[in-house]
Amino acid sequence: MRVRAQIGMVLNLDKCIGCHTCSVTCKNVWTSRDGVEYAWFNNVETKPGTGYPTDWENQKRWKGGWERTRSGKLQPRQGSKWRILANIFANPDLPEIDDYYEPFDFDYDHLQSAPEMEAFPTARARSQVTGKRIEKIEKGPNWEEILGGEFSKRSQDYNFEGVQKEIYGEYENTFMMYLPRLCEHCLNPSCAASCPSGAIYKREEDGIVLIDQEKCRGWRMCVSGCPYKKVYYNWSTGKSEKCTLCYPRIESGNPTVCSETCVGRIRYIGVMLYDADRIEEAANVADTKDLYDAQLGIFLDPHDPEVVETARADGIPGDWIKAAQESPIWKMAMEWKVAFPLHPEYRTLPMVWYIPPLSPIQNAAEAGAIGMEGAMPDVRNLRIPLRYLANMLTAGDEAPIAQALERMLAMRSYMRTKTLEGVNDEGIAARAGLSGRVIEDMYRIMALADYEDRFVIPTTHREEVEDAYDLRGDCGFTDGNGCSTGISGGSLFGGTRRPLKMPAEMQ
Amino acid sequence: MHDFLFGIFPYIALGVAIMGTIARYERDQFTWKTSSSQLLRRRQLVVGSILFHVGVLVIFFGHLVGLLTPIQVFEIIGISHGAKQMLALVVGGIAGVMALIGGGMLFHRRWTDPRIRQTSSFWDITILALLLVQLVLGLGTILVSIDHLDGHEMVTFMYWAQGIFTFDPAAASYIADAALVFKLHLLLGLVIILVFPFTRLVHVLSGFAVPFRYLLTRPGYQVVRSRRSTPLPKRSGPVSSRQATAESKPAPPSGAAAGPAE
Repeated sequence: MRVRAQIGMVLNLDKCIGCHTCSVTCKNVWTSRDGVEYAWFNNVETKPGTGYPTDWENQKRWKGGWERTRSGKLQPRQGSKWRILANIFANPDLPEIDDYYEPFDFDYDHLQSAPEMEAFPTARARSQVTGKRIEKIEKGPNWEEILGGEFSKRSQDYNFEGVQKEIYGEYENTFMMYLPRLCEHCLNPSCAASCPSGAIYKREEDGIVLIDQEKCRGWRMCVSGCPYKKVYYNWSTGKSEKCTLCYPRIESGNPTVCSETCVGRIRYIGVMLYDADRIEEAANVADTKDLYDAQLGIFLDPHDPEVVETARADGIPGDWIKAAQESPIWKMAMEWKVAFPLHPEYRTLPMVWYIPPLSPIQNAAEAGAIGMEGAMPDVRNLRIPLRYLANMLTAGDEAPIAQALERMLAMRSYMRTKTLEGVNDEGIAARAGLSGRVIEDMYRIMALADYEDRFVIPTTHREEVEDAYDLRGDCGFTDGNGCSTGISGGSLFGGTRRPLKMPAEMQ
Repeated sequence: MHDFLFGIFPYIALGVAIMGTIARYERDQFTWKTSSSQLLRRRQLVVGSILFHVGVLVIFFGHLVGLLTPIQVFEIIGISHGAKQMLALVVGGIAGVMALIGGGMLFHRRWTDPRIRQTSSFWDITILALLLVQLVLGLGTILVSIDHLDGHEMVTFMYWAQGIFTFDPAAASYIADAALVFKLHLLLGLVIILVFPFTRLVHVLSGFAVPFRYLLTRPGYQVVRSRRSTPLPKRSGPVSSRQATAESKPAPPSGAAAGPAE
């Protein structure tokens, strides 16, 4: 057993209102630059839909993630190391920018500077790649917003597998949910595995997956390697970029920008302890339906004294262990089992998890007849098909999703009974396999969602990294010769070699 | 002039290439990249790039081995100069045509596609053009060589190239009588070496290094980095705790379920 800590995130889709505040604030902070106009480290998709980039979930097409070979070996789906190297001149699985969308801006200035004309001046679109006029915008970062476009196109959604999707095209049966997506900071990242340069790495201290911009050579294997299509090639700098989980904020104990600004308070950030020695074993179970359980299996109980001792021996600071014990991620994923990984079948062991959304009863007539089970509607009659959610969150296994939805419904009924009738109905709780106390805890974390409950983020221990005494009078973040002391040494051309201390590779 | 171009200029070109490459790697590694444009336009790239790269790599190693292997080695193995020349003509010719077709496709794409043209730098276009001209010149030398298949002229180039690397002051004189097309080919080759560190060509070095890094020096697939100044102690297995046995806590995974009540 080797204990490592990971900053994880849970998104409560039941509360997501699809306002895109997360995407916009993220964009403003991270990707409002040349070359990544098309890139959204965080984006919100309306489901059912083909998403961004179009059809990203179809790994038969993009070959992202991992696969278990016939001989039981785990290797990137786009191929072993040899095959990845063989494709280095031209990557057959790389999306084109049109699979995302051609970034555009509008000639806003024309609105003010146009001469007097018969018609009103308009702001027309212009490509941000070529600077040329775009006559018709064919795609955007959220082209299917609120079920935009025809159902026949949206129904290409991969999660409809095994669902009789035709009836969901009818107006009466239609359903919809939002899916905010960001880098999953996987325990078994296939982007890092695909990088021939070794530029993508997982940080040992907090599990954040980053791209070393100095070492990236632009072989672009990570873009196709990531099944979530969350690594973006910057066509201006020629380097790949991705969500950094706002690591400068996380290091100082603050939530990411997307989480901080989430108006629905749907995002939770916390520490999870896991057994790094069992990653491969968990990612390589034979049946994809077992992957969810396998991932649960490598998380370590932070209340277990043996785990705590081992964590200490493995260099995890005390406040991180304490944070792991109070982690909202642990509660939702492990204790209440209401949060699930996104597409565990990609075998990357993702660490951004989702609470599935509840939805209205599918059919009003049915609701009275068969839908109710005690005070609670049967989750199988909900408007969003269980199978659809299961395809998205548990590789098609419906039972865990049904249990989670039942627990969320139980939380509603229990709290309704408590608030309206002043009765603590333990029966409701027991039917969902919970207790009244657990439900009230769930209610506090999931419904009220106070800032302190959502974000339990320990600060990074800088004293393990650098000697703060050396930082006195330092000139902070800088580059080049900005801080030159005039003393030769370190680099070939004099001056300090690295103003920032880069993490070193571990053996 | 001849002595300068083929006796001194090679050292200038090699010196600038070596120092420039070191300087760029040291000071500005962020700019060290392939500059792939596949994301912006896939059309013509896949076929063009593969043809071009495979062709150019064959030619590159052909030149490297052909020019710098000591002549005695060929004599010991028993390959006559004529046979070596035929080999060079055939293999180089095929690879040259491949690279020329591929490079032509890439140049056409870069020049005519608005997305690629707009995002190309001066050197992106220039270096590709220089390489294409060099390929044409290289293929042009075949026409001259075909007239004398005894391999004599090729040997003079080997003497010259090896003379440069062994600091032979008379190196330039060995090729004084070479045909013009050869001289132009050599000269342009030296120019390409000269500008190497200032163009995207530096990615070639990464390309040579990558198989070693990826296949040999990286044991598994994953890369984990740590910022700790003191490395973690090596240990394996769980650390036993005195309390653990006393309390009989359930094992981590199964104990996680939310039981209905205590």
